[in-house]
Amino acid sequence: MHELAVTENILAIAKRHAEEAGAVKVTDIHLVIGRLSSIVDESIQFYWDMIAENTLCEGAKLHFDRTPATLRCNACQHEYTLAAELMPCPACGSPNIQVLTGEEFYLESIEITREQEPPRKRKGKG
Amino acid sequence: MTTQRVTVVEKILNANDQLAAQNKARLDAAGIFSINIMASPGAGKTSVILNTIKALMPDIRLGVIEGDTAPVTIDADKVTAAGMPAVQINTGGDCHLDAAMIKDALNQLPLESLDIIIIENVGNLVCPAAWDLGTHANVLIASIPEGDDKPYKYPNIYRGLDVLILNKMDLLPYINFNTDYFKQGVEMLNPGLITFPVSCKTGEGLSAWADWLKSHLKRKG
Repeated sequence: MHELAVTENILAIAKRHAEEAGAVKVTDIHLVIGRLSSIVDESIQFYWDMIAENTLCEGAKLHFDRTPATLRCNACQHEYTLAAELMPCPACGSPNIQVLTGEEFYLESIEITREQEPPRKRKGKG
Repeated sequence: MTTQRVTVVEKILNANDQLAAQNKARLDAAGIFSINIMASPGAGKTSVILNTIKALMPDIRLGVIEGDTAPVTIDADKVTAAGMPAVQINTGGDCHLDAAMIKDALNQLPLESLDIIIIENVGNLVCPAAWDLGTHANVLIASIPEGDDKPYKYPNIYRGLDVLILNKMDLLPYINFNTDYFKQGVEMLNPGLITFPVSCKTGEGLSAWADWLKSHLKRKG
């Protein structure tokens, strides 16, 4: 789905935080994306290589932390992980279930390179 | 040179979500109830919208925002012919509407004289689910010929719904559609979801849907 628009958002967030931190280069970007979100990693990487060009994020490596889809049965409290298709509770068959994890969709952190820190004794921003 | 890890923890679609919140505040201030209608292509979005206009006219004033991936005005023309203002958005191939597009479209509608705004999203069961538009209710139109397995195949769109309209009920006798299997999928994803079985061909169920909309009208300030 819409990977280009998603990738543009990732770039905008990474750039903003990198600039605020005084980065000269972003080397790594860590994304947390739940299994329930229909995003294709390869597709994000493909767009990333195109749109990050000539920005301080050029060449940054994307890391995808794929959190599993875990569910809890509200009837018997059994917890289970989805392997494939959505299914009722495997323990008691109830369709009364809730999603515990798998819907995450955020940029967790970036790794940046900065110019040498100014010496401590200098006044100004730290 | 030094390297450093900077913690961000920001939702990837945060910019869209913020714009969506602005859209909602603007609609609230104008006393407008708004819905985001999603469906696969051919489920009957435009037919349901035209029938809704017919059921609510002339007492309730509707505006419609039509999203399409190509520069066509087929749907907007039908709405305009039915006597209501419509704005056509061409997404330029994009698979979904986003909050920024809706912000622009709202500028083109006479908000002060409208009670309800209906947004017809791009025909697609995947992408529209991820993009909040700032409407008050997400509505999905499923239809009998699409098959009973759609909740299982497109769970994300079902999870975010406020209302489900099951269209083309008149075709049920001719199609292998297991209503119980469909309902079980919906129940797993969205327990107690308000559902209106309708047929735009026979008119079945449309008045119940129109009544639901009426019960959500806001007071004009």
